[in-house]
Amino acid sequence: MRRPVAVRVVGPLQWVVYPSLAAVAATVILGTPIQLFGLRLPEPVVPMVLAFSWPLIRPSMVAAVVLFALGLFLDLFWNAPLGLWPLCLMAVYGVLLLSRNLLAGHEGLIRLGWYVACTLGAFGLAYVIVTVRAGNAPSLYAVFGQIAPTLLLYPLANWMIERFDDGDIRFR
Amino acid sequence: MAFRDGPFENLKVPLAWTAAVVAVVGVVGAGVLLMTDRKTPEGGSSVQGVRGGVEAVAGPVGGVLSAPVRWAGSVGDAVGGYFFAVSENRKLKAEVAELKAWKAEAVALKNVNARYEALLGLRLDPPVPTVAARAVLESRGPFSRSKLLDVGAARGVHVGNPVVDENGLVGRVTGVTGGVSRMVLLTDVASRTPVLIERTDARAVLTGDGSNSPRLDFIRGVGALKAGDRVLSSGDGGGLPRGLPVGVVAKGMDGAWRVKLFSDRGAVDYVRVLLFQNFAQLVDPNALNAPPLAGLNTAPEPTAQQAAAIGDAAARRQAQAQAQAERARAAAAAAAATAAPNPTSSPAAGGATPAATQRPTTARPASPRPSSTQAAPSGQTPPPQAAAPQATAPGPTTEGQR
Repeated sequence: MRRPVAVRVVGPLQWVVYPSLAAVAATVILGTPIQLFGLRLPEPVVPMVLAFSWPLIRPSMVAAVVLFALGLFLDLFWNAPLGLWPLCLMAVYGVLLLSRNLLAGHEGLIRLGWYVACTLGAFGLAYVIVTVRAGNAPSLYAVFGQIAPTLLLYPLANWMIERFDDGDIRFR
Repeated sequence: MAFRDGPFENLKVPLAWTAAVVAVVGVVGAGVLLMTDRKTPEGGSSVQGVRGGVEAVAGPVGGVLSAPVRWAGSVGDAVGGYFFAVSENRKLKAEVAELKAWKAEAVALKNVNARYEALLGLRLDPPVPTVAARAVLESRGPFSRSKLLDVGAARGVHVGNPVVDENGLVGRVTGVTGGVSRMVLLTDVASRTPVLIERTDARAVLTGDGSNSPRLDFIRGVGALKAGDRVLSSGDGGGLPRGLPVGVVAKGMDGAWRVKLFSDRGAVDYVRVLLFQNFAQLVDPNALNAPPLAGLNTAPEPTAQQAAAIGDAAARRQAQAQAQAERARAAAAAAAATAAPNPTSSPAAGGATPAATQRPTTARPASPRPSSTQAAPSGQTPPPQAAAPQATAPGPTTEGQR
């Protein structure tokens, strides 16, 4: 007699909605004005993790729409130009969607390299847009001050891919 | 097939393609949003309604999140105050002793300053009312540096109001809702602040670039500043009051002149919003072209009575000027007559004197130059002092008037 096996259904709620809510919560918490010994909290672009991991887990319209909404939230919450982060996040999503066949099966350094490249590309795009709009280039030190904590979030992106990627070839 | 039979159950859409379409639409939509979001002349955003809605929700959330931080800070201050009371007391005593001398000097200078202001009849800026506020959320990124304050339009805050803390200028308000307002910091990449160097009174523009120390651009004059100079708001443009402390000049790592902000000396948590109205906002440009000024070109024709009065006044003024010129001419002739029989004068001098005295009286009877100064080089007896004022009535610097 076979024992009944508990099957856990992994739907969009698990891999899209909950992570996006967590990203919003993390952004709000890190926006708290705390200064200890002259140091402030870091301000990473948390949704970059989702923009990297979602297209590699599986293509989804819902994920793209939610990612756009997350970008809008960043703009409104940080008082950035409206459309800045939706554009950057959707660009990362689109690039990874196009190259997911290339990336499938790769792990470790290759995946990390792609994450670094995507993050630098998104920040480069944001840098150009802000420079053109403000007529003034932001300080590169300050830009790297935000890139560094965003790169440190790579383990989260890696974990999400490992956790939710079902290896279904229908999505390849 | 009827709808209840579920015609879409077996519909299979290509996931990758649909996701790609959504991504492309998202990119296009983001581009449109970027073009839609523009700055208003007051410094606010053209999509302030959307921003205000999010900020109205985020403000209370930030207030809740920052409350434990404040409590922890208060506890830390209390513990520190208890353990370091003796050393702090010693330090404060030394500080008070030093400040006493400054206080005496400040009182004396204030007195002198008040007398000068009264003598010169200076029009001083009126006192600016303030509203105390607390920063509840902040963004510290390179592309935007701002804080959310827990006061809004209900407390009289407007877009453009400057914000200061106990150390100096912090930023300006760029968005307001009922109970929350958004303050853009001096370090924001879009921030431009007109400043002056206290030592040389040189002007510059403080330009934020997302780093902690904004850059000084458009510095007027060579050698106008050096490291350590204090920087104040200049008030140029009317957007800020003059004289708000901003920071100290320092040379940046990139070789540019930068400003170490006074507001960086401590956490910017409690601030004061100056309810200062931009001078440019006080005057409606259309009001300047309103009928009172436009009417100057379309004045009505004078009546016959007014025309007669105007003609009479003009004739009287002309007759008075002629009589004055006549008197001046007579006085100059009398001076020449008294100078001619003088036996001590040389023939050359005597020959030159009439020409020298004649020239001003005939050529320019109403010249502002006094006749005494023109006769003086001849080395002869000066003309009667009473004649000079008459001949040079319009001139304010005649010897007779002095």
